Amino acid sequence: MKERFSFIFIIAGVGFFLLGFIFQMLGPIIFLKDIPMKTIDELVKEDINSEFYQLSEDYPVEFKKAFGDPSPVTYAEALKLGRDTYIAEACWHCHSQYVRPVANEEVRYGDISTASEYQNELQMPQLFGTRRVGPDLIREAGVHSNDWHVAHFYDPHSVQPDSVMPSYLWFFDENGRPNKKGLSVVTYVQWLGNWKRK
Amino acid sequence: MNERQNPVNYNLVTAHIIAALIFLIMSITAGLLYSLQFLNHYPLQGIEFFSPGRVRMVHTNAVAYGWLLNGLLSGMYWAVPRTSGYPVLSRQLSWLIFWFLQILVLATAVGILGGYAQAIEFGETPIFVDPFITLGLFLLATNFIPPILKSSKDAPLYVSLWYFIGALVWIIMVYIMGNYIPQFFVPGAAGAAITGNYIHDFVGLLITPLGWGLMYFFVPTIIKKPIWSHTLSLMGFWGLAFFYPMQGIHHFMWSPVPMHVQYSAVVASIAIEVVVTSVLANFIMTLKGSGDYLRTNYPIRWFYTGMVFYWVTCFQCAIQSTLTAQKLIHFTDWVVAHAHLVMFGVFSFWLMGIITELWPRLTGKEWYSHSLNGWAYWLCTLGIILMFIDLTIGGVVQGFIWWGLNPFMDSIRFSVPFWFVRTLSGLMISGGIISLIYNLSMTAKNKNLIKPLIH
Repeated sequence: MKERFSFIFIIAGVGFFLLGFIFQMLGPIIFLKDIPMKTIDELVKEDINSEFYQLSEDYPVEFKKAFGDPSPVTYAEALKLGRDTYIAEACWHCHSQYVRPVANEEVRYGDISTASEYQNELQMPQLFGTRRVGPDLIREAGVHSNDWHVAHFYDPHSVQPDSVMPSYLWFFDENGRPNKKGLSVVTYVQWLGNWKRK
Repeated sequence: MNERQNPVNYNLVTAHIIAALIFLIMSITAGLLYSLQFLNHYPLQGIEFFSPGRVRMVHTNAVAYGWLLNGLLSGMYWAVPRTSGYPVLSRQLSWLIFWFLQILVLATAVGILGGYAQAIEFGETPIFVDPFITLGLFLLATNFIPPILKSSKDAPLYVSLWYFIGALVWIIMVYIMGNYIPQFFVPGAAGAAITGNYIHDFVGLLITPLGWGLMYFFVPTIIKKPIWSHTLSLMGFWGLAFFYPMQGIHHFMWSPVPMHVQYSAVVASIAIEVVVTSVLANFIMTLKGSGDYLRTNYPIRWFYTGMVFYWVTCFQCAIQSTLTAQKLIHFTDWVVAHAHLVMFGVFSFWLMGIITELWPRLTGKEWYSHSLNGWAYWLCTLGIILMFIDLTIGGVVQGFIWWGLNPFMDSIRFSVPFWFVRTLSGLMISGGIISLIYNLSMTAKNKNLIKPLIH
């Protein structure tokens, strides 16, 4: 019987997979179900990052063209586009987004990550990351200025001589000033950990 | 030749092998290019379409879907009719699946380079390609299940077919689970539990069972001896089926994923090592008394080298998935070394063995050069060993630099020599693959027909 199709199909194929699904995936979903899931609109209602206003002052022409005026609506738009750019450029392959409670990470990066921080639309799919070629980014808000980020995206070596990050020239217009994508990705990176800022 | 006499479609097997090799070249090119970024010598700097981050995703996806899946399918189109005694459901459907797969892999590559990647590891296929892949997986099962089902009515199924049934059923569920649930329904830590399982299951419940199924077919047919122990075969299959779906969360240790789920993943990861060792023992005992094949027969050499690497990766897995080891090695190049040993050192080695075994039979030609086969084997083997050792040590160095609170940039500065050696090892591997492909193409053009053997 062990060598028959139906037995293998039902027990090994479907059965064991469902068992794994229940233990490994349904478990976490059920444990975390009481933490409310926030949409982007709910996130921007809590706070608009000061860096977002500053971007509108530093790059008024570009900002006006891309978003108009800083408001919850445009902030949400920038966050979403910034997140999508972060995914398209596969930033998450080289930058993680969680601080672990081990290996002195709370000293290097800041507060240890908790599950509630990730129950929102911008973490769908989650961006925990796979590797730390560059540093963790979940406590990045306010660590560097907007100008630093803009320079860093244009030419990482200008602010970090030993960096192995590529430059992202298509975040910039023909005058070398950040375009909509560039403004959005800076907004997104400055948002990461904004809720834990001291 | 009609289908009753020969249920294997030779042209289809050849086509899958050629497609696999084309995507292998694409993948190693992307991998080599990406490795140059780490040395700050990326040649296509500043071109959006070839941004290193995007090229990296082409590297991994071309390996997984283009090279491994194509190659494993060529083996299956050979092995399933022979082990079950019946041809696959339909020749037309087989060709449809073939072209469908190539188009989807190309669409994935173009989509990723165009900036439409999905943030799921090994599932970076753009969201609009996902439904077609799901459909393709259903077609695959439709094509392969009928001969296995018919054969099951005649007699108990051979080991290979257990693995194939498992893989065909699992991958449908795994793909749907991994590509849709975290993208549209479940965010954050619970979503991470699902993507973690997806990464693991894609390798563990598709590539691994197909690979082992083909090993159970090719090793006994080449050395002309049955597998040593049927009990160990049973143990290996059922152990894999039971433990593999329960360990994906070891990709996100010390993360916000609930801690007791992480503990259970550690237990399953250690348990699978026992199963793997039993499978390895089974294959080593099968070879007992036929060890000379390792010297004289290239396919057997590729297979058993891959199996040794498989044992090493699984042994590593049992240790590195513990919470203690994770403190040091998580997010470092150690993991990159592990991934390369699995995808290249194990499954690619098996595929190259299968291609080496099938190519003279498919073309009916004698080998153009046996020494090029040797070059391919040694360059790939030494290359992957060098890469593995280099990145593993590099990973430990990075881990200690972070733990010791050195400036972050130290971890980059100290890694550069390791990354340089990694590029060199990649060049060695490329050299091995090129010599294999050159040998295959010259063999196909060879005028010496193979002498018919009676067995």
